[in-house]
Amino acid sequence: MVIGAGVVGAACAYYASRAGLRVAVVDRGPVAGGTTGAGEGNLLVSDKEPGPELDLALLSTRLWRELAGSLGEAVEYEPKGGLVVAAAPAGLDALREFAAGQRKAGVEAVEVGPDGLPELEPHLAPGLAGGFLYPQDAQVQPALAAAHLLRASGADRYLGETVRGLLTGPDGAVAGVVTDRRELSAPAVVNAAGTWGGAVARLAGVELPVMPRRGFVLVTEPLPRIVRHKVYAADYVADVASGSADLQSSAVVEGTPAGPVLIGASRERVGFDRRLDPVVLHRLAAQAAALFPVLRQVAVQRAYRGFRPYLPDHLPAIGADPRVPGLVHACGHEGAGIGLAPATGLLIAEQLTGARPSLDLTPFRADRFPPSAPDAGLE
Amino acid sequence: MPTLPSEPARGRAPYDLAVVGAGPAGLAAAVTAAELGLRVALLDAGPRVGGQYYRHPAPELGAARPDRLHHGWAVFARLRDRLRAQPRIDHLAGHHVWAAERGEPWRLHATLGPDAGDRVTVEAGAVLLATGAYERQLPFPGWTLPGVVTAGGAQAMLKAGLVLPGRRIVVAGSGPLLLAAASSLVSAGAAVPAVVEAGSYLGYARGVAALAANPAKLVEGAQHGTVLLRHGVRLRRSSAVIEAHGTDRVTAVTVARLDADWRPVPGTERRIGCDAVAIGHGLVPQIELATELGAATRTVPDGTVALAVDGEQRTSLPGLWAAGETCGVGGADLALAEGVLAAYAVAGRPAPRGALVRRRRRRAFAELMAAAHAPGVGWTDWLTPETDVCRCEEVPAGRIREAVEELGAGDARTVKLLTRAGMGWCQGRMCGAAVACLAGGPTDRPDSRPLSCPVPLAQLAEPPA
Ligand SMILES: Cc1cc2nc3c(=O)[nH]c(=O)nc-3n(C[C@H](O)[C@H](O)[C@H](O)COP(=O)(O)OP(=O)(O)OC[C@H]3O[C@@H](n4cnc5c(N)ncnc54)[C@H](O)[C@@H]3O)c2cc1C
Ligand SMILES: Cc1cc2nc3c(=O)[nH]c(=O)nc-3n(C[C@H](O)[C@H](O)[C@H](O)COP(=O)(O)OP(=O)(O)OC[C@H]3O[C@@H](n4cnc5c(N)ncnc54)[C@H](O)[C@@H]3O)c2cc1C
Repeated sequence: MVIGAGVVGAACAYYASRAGLRVAVVDRGPVAGGTTGAGEGNLLVSDKEPGPELDLALLSTRLWRELAGSLGEAVEYEPKGGLVVAAAPAGLDALREFAAGQRKAGVEAVEVGPDGLPELEPHLAPGLAGGFLYPQDAQVQPALAAAHLLRASGADRYLGETVRGLLTGPDGAVAGVVTDRRELSAPAVVNAAGTWGGAVARLAGVELPVMPRRGFVLVTEPLPRIVRHKVYAADYVADVASGSADLQSSAVVEGTPAGPVLIGASRERVGFDRRLDPVVLHRLAAQAAALFPVLRQVAVQRAYRGFRPYLPDHLPAIGADPRVPGLVHACGHEGAGIGLAPATGLLIAEQLTGARPSLDLTPFRADRFPPSAPDAGLE
Repeated sequence: MPTLPSEPARGRAPYDLAVVGAGPAGLAAAVTAAELGLRVALLDAGPRVGGQYYRHPAPELGAARPDRLHHGWAVFARLRDRLRAQPRIDHLAGHHVWAAERGEPWRLHATLGPDAGDRVTVEAGAVLLATGAYERQLPFPGWTLPGVVTAGGAQAMLKAGLVLPGRRIVVAGSGPLLLAAASSLVSAGAAVPAVVEAGSYLGYARGVAALAANPAKLVEGAQHGTVLLRHGVRLRRSSAVIEAHGTDRVTAVTVARLDADWRPVPGTERRIGCDAVAIGHGLVPQIELATELGAATRTVPDGTVALAVDGEQRTSLPGLWAAGETCGVGGADLALAEGVLAAYAVAGRPAPRGALVRRRRRRAFAELMAAAHAPGVGWTDWLTPETDVCRCEEVPAGRIREAVEELGAGDARTVKLLTRAGMGWCQGRMCGAAVACLAGGPTDRPDSRPLSCPVPLAQLAEPPA
């Protein structure tokens, strides 16, 4: 029983049913109605430092390639590669060091000198110090990815039903869910409720400090292909890893098959405040224009925002909750849930069927956080 | 800004009130508020005041008598004169507001043109949203053919440029605007072989009291009726254009009778030759500047979502008022009354009784009309899988149904994400109502549009003022 029809829940359903389990997915809204429908589809290894998240990302990269064989076109999979650029030599040195570490972990990273940049990205601003090309970075359209994974899973769907409580067996183990329409019993319940994963954990009486981290994305009018890779400036990596609640933004600029260029995404912890913030738009636009001056000629047609599911150490919660038998977590992927979904789904399926795990799940345990004072940190 | 010596000291905002939209509601509000002593900014995306109703040709066109196309031109002319005589109003024409920011003061972000410098931020102590409405369309096979225009668009073309969309024009859809459009078209010399109204008008009978309280509305309706009668135009009720024919341009339409749910009744189809079709299914309040800030809304009986306001035209957000079509579509007279009432409320003065009475009567009438013209659920029967629902992104009905039935989309937003319907230039203003119906999800939520209109990236890249 999977709670959440976002990309993570859909991937859990897909791999679980491929492993021979009978699966049902419940969501209070439609498919991709949560953060998945408000994200960009960057599948990045380039922004991750060596560690458990990078391991997940590399596993996912492989799985996305496999999935592309059957679903590639439907989910607009594009193995376009990422290009990280540095404005000044000092920035390039930092990138070089970062890439050296990543290479040891299995990341492909190719240094590009200043003269090589125009060949890769003809419209890039002149005068940059250089950059690194990451051929493993790719892209999907997130909502399509969730919808097609869910369809391919063949799982029973209960869309438009909110989970209000959990069924428990005599031994206290979770044994199913109670929605506003029915009870559904199952020996395992997967919490793939994204940013609302903390609330679902509370239904089982345990704490999981998932918090919203807001992001805005700007979408331009449709353009001919002027941006070929995912292009971003070196500071992005620092922003991603930052734990600060304040606004961070460094624009990732990318083209889409449909034509619009996406410019995303800011990061700030402001609870679930949906209001548009002109300062955020300004920063994203200014940074995008600094990378691609030609964008100054185009119109921003729309903007959207979403709330990333953020856990304090930037790692998701994946796997059985040691505190509550029957409860399995797959949430808290912050700004990388689209990318990390297949690996998450595979690991959950392996654990549910008792197969040997592809990765060590210890860093993703849900009970790794110190208990907080009542309500602290919950926004 | 000239200030009256008697004026109390105010906050730092250069304006006490910023009015967005210079249609009947915004114009009446701005003029009234200024006459009550407030310093007012009146912003509108268009070059001239007047909005949709008092749309008039550019002076360069030298139209001899723009008033011929207008009921109530005299009312407009008086308002315009009061505006011109009013030193406390800055009319900021060509200012398209793309976002509003709450606070003290409120900040309105506007774009004036394509260049980096064409950006203005207007600060004011309070904001009145009078941004009007846009037309609701329900697609049918062939509606993307050249020659098929919107009813309000035809009306607007006529009022602004004095051109006709064709010579033989079928007017179709639902709502009182159809009669107004048809009457303008025949008066301007077009032939109108039929006015095809999907509603039965039976709904009106239930609200006799509201009808009796609105003699002016009846007279206006009767005037349109008389004009149409004089030109031999037939009104077909409970009927719809279910297909437009033609290859390069529309040459004919198929009209069918509808059952109570708006399902075409088989065997009632008839073909009518024409070289243009003007269609419209009423209007949708344009309210994103407020709803993006979290303002409360209500669902109008015609299925559209409008801003919820109290008796003083106050929205649920302190400092934000609304008047006119943003509060539910009700026509120019209601918009004028609400504009006046909002101005009194912002100025902290007791409301004039006349405007209160007019608002009560017109609002009751508007709700009645809204109920009578609410689309029946069966309209989707006239779509074929190939019919484009979203014209900007060319998304046919079949793809939308697939997204709902097979992929798990359940509302307009997820249909958009899975099919791109509503992602194009008009941001779903054209197809939003149709997509919401096909998605089958809740229709009581306003569309999400964080940017009210496209903004040149160069302007966003400038630091906010
Ligand atoms: C602006 C922005 C840009 C981003 N860019 C990227 C990117 O480029 N690459 C990337 O990999 N990631 C990106 N992300 C992050 C990514 O979108 C998320 O990590 C991912 O979508 C999380 O997916 P999910 O399935 O866990 O959550 P969701 O998609 O939110 O799904 C959770 C679901 O659970 C449902 N739910 C919650 N509570 C209940 C309940 N009680 N009962 C029933 N259902 C319930 C919700 O309705 C929801 O549908 C971005 C995010 C944002 C905001
Ligand atoms: C196309 C069309 C044609 C119509 N024709 C008729 C008709 O012939 N007869 C009739 O009785 N009724 C007609 N109506 C109905 C009309 O809406 C009302 O009768 C009346 O004009 C409503 O007044 P209002 O002040 O509420 O809004 P409007 O008159 O619509 O005025 C709204 C104003 O706000 C401006 N605006 C909107 N958004 C922004 C923004 N973000 N920034 C800056 N400015 C903005 C617009 O440019 C417009 O001038 C028509 C409506 C439409 C949409």
